[in-house]
Amino acid sequence: MVTVSKLRLDKEWLLFGLMIVVLLLAPTFLSDFRLSLLAKFLTYAIVAISLDLLWGYGGMLSLGQGVFFGLGAYSMAMYLKLMAAGSALPDFMVWSGLTELPWFWKPFHYAWFAIGASVIIPAMVAAIIGFVIFRSRIRGVYFSILTQALALVITILLVGQQPYTGGTNGITNFSTILGFSLSDTSTQTTLYFITVICLACVYILCRWLTGSRFGRILIAIRDAEARVRFCGYNTVMFKVFTFALSAGLAGLGGALFVPQVGIISPAMIGVVPSIEMVIWVAVGGRGTLIGAILGALIVNGAKSYLSESFPDAWLYLQGLLFIAVILLVSGGVMGIFKKLNKSQKITGSAIALAPSIGKSTQISRR
Amino acid sequence: MDVLLLQIFNSLSVSSILLLIALGLAITFGLMNVINMAHGELIMIGAYVTYVVQILFERYVPGSLDFYYLVAIPLSFLVSAFFGFLLERGLIRFLYGRPLDTLLATWGISLIFQQIARDIFGAPNVEVKTPSWLKGGVEVMSGLQLPLNRLFIIALAIVCLVGIYVYMYHSAAGCRMRAVMQNRAMASCLGIPAGKIDAYTFAIGSGLAGVAGCALCLLGPIGPSIGTYYIVDAFMVVVLGGVGKLIGTVAAAGVIGVLNTTFEFGSTATMGKVLALVMVIAFLHWKPSGLVSLKVRTLD
Repeated sequence: MVTVSKLRLDKEWLLFGLMIVVLLLAPTFLSDFRLSLLAKFLTYAIVAISLDLLWGYGGMLSLGQGVFFGLGAYSMAMYLKLMAAGSALPDFMVWSGLTELPWFWKPFHYAWFAIGASVIIPAMVAAIIGFVIFRSRIRGVYFSILTQALALVITILLVGQQPYTGGTNGITNFSTILGFSLSDTSTQTTLYFITVICLACVYILCRWLTGSRFGRILIAIRDAEARVRFCGYNTVMFKVFTFALSAGLAGLGGALFVPQVGIISPAMIGVVPSIEMVIWVAVGGRGTLIGAILGALIVNGAKSYLSESFPDAWLYLQGLLFIAVILLVSGGVMGIFKKLNKSQKITGSAIALAPSIGKSTQISRR
Repeated sequence: MDVLLLQIFNSLSVSSILLLIALGLAITFGLMNVINMAHGELIMIGAYVTYVVQILFERYVPGSLDFYYLVAIPLSFLVSAFFGFLLERGLIRFLYGRPLDTLLATWGISLIFQQIARDIFGAPNVEVKTPSWLKGGVEVMSGLQLPLNRLFIIALAIVCLVGIYVYMYHSAAGCRMRAVMQNRAMASCLGIPAGKIDAYTFAIGSGLAGVAGCALCLLGPIGPSIGTYYIVDAFMVVVLGGVGKLIGTVAAAGVIGVLNTTFEFGSTATMGKVLALVMVIAFLHWKPSGLVSLKVRTLD
């Protein structure tokens, strides 16, 4: 048993190593346009890992991950906007009739503050919300619905507070980052490499965390929270920490997203994008961190390919994809891998248990 | 005095709309525990049925165009209920007990429905004409006019609520329905066809969504994404109300309606909505199972 699961883990590391090598070589064979597209998908992949940690291992399905992605993205965008505006006021503030920079914009003059804030602010927001939600033992679908409401609230706020946030148009028109021009190919390539490195670090961090004692407790909480609580663990703090960490990582994804894509707007972080993020994880296979990366790359790759060639068909296909993944292959892409490779079927790991969780709740419900 | 009356009326009006869109969800989510993200699209189907009925009336019986709406209400119920029935038999029955999976699968359904609507009716919003007998308003006192269409929606919400109450608590079918929802195994043992009841219950919830869509036609233009605007609100109403009790849904719709209009009056429209949602979350912290909840002793 142990050897089998070790084998599986080694194979996953192999797959991961292969992926990183391919990604590092990508600039040599991809056009600039494709590379920037890939860079965007990689920032999504970071968000997908963060969501997988939360949902696949912690059992908390957040439908508001876009919010944390957005908080990170907006932090970065505020810095970039201030750089682009120089000593003047950002253009959308002028249009909305502001004469002075709002106080909460001021610290974003400093890159180190913006970069730090893009991780810390989402983590702090998640910690506060998570504490409130988890302490009153709101869980399961209620947690999902509340996070969805959060996504709605934040988008309404962003759209409504036009003078401070740029409203529906979001924040755009950046020129430099740390003094380097964003339109330069070399800057973009450097940013791409930074993204790959961040992705690798996030993966390794989450892999290490889920394999540790902490990860085991997290999985136990997912499967039977009350029992873990009765064993004397403070499950609330475990969940709050996981939620905050997940939000921080999503924020990192957002911070990397903005300089490479050049815009962030409420439409990219609202209710609908937040659900799409969940889909990446579901397609890749939840509870397998590598699956989250694959899912984000596959779904977004298919999306941009299909919406280039058949713009109308994409929504049908996406819809069918969700249904097919849920009904037919609940393990996602990684589940298919596992089915193909029968020898791995006997792993007693968390992944093999995942489908049976549903069954046990079914029994208790009926 | 006028302002206060107007505020009360506005609250009532918003509450009645919330109640209409949440009633169906109170059945599918509250009773059956099915997270149906396509609920908004069932609302959309109801709205488009109203639109189609109006077009048919314009084309074939222009003389009685004013009464198209009376035909549209039951028809939108039936069509939405039919789609709900198909949805339950075709997809949701395979996913009972897996709420999060249901959520994702029905989200897929909702995308497909939206795209179908876009392909049939076009992406831009379409306008549904308010029948002439619902235009204008009732003058309650000088300077205070209550719009008829809003009054009509309030009445419609009350009719739906009473209808559901009578069905659930004073009919044999409703009794079977509650039996299945409370203890499926026991109900099956007593000869109640649980699978069939599931399908009918889901169909009724979907039909109510259709009626809500029909009502929304009176308020403004309708489009393929009309459902997504309302789905979060509807879920908040059901969650705040507490699962499994109609009275909770009514109370929650009332509370959120009042909060919305009051905050809107005190600040801007967007802040009103934000504050109302924050209040709801804060309230759930204090009472996690909602305003009214069934008392159970289950633990995992």
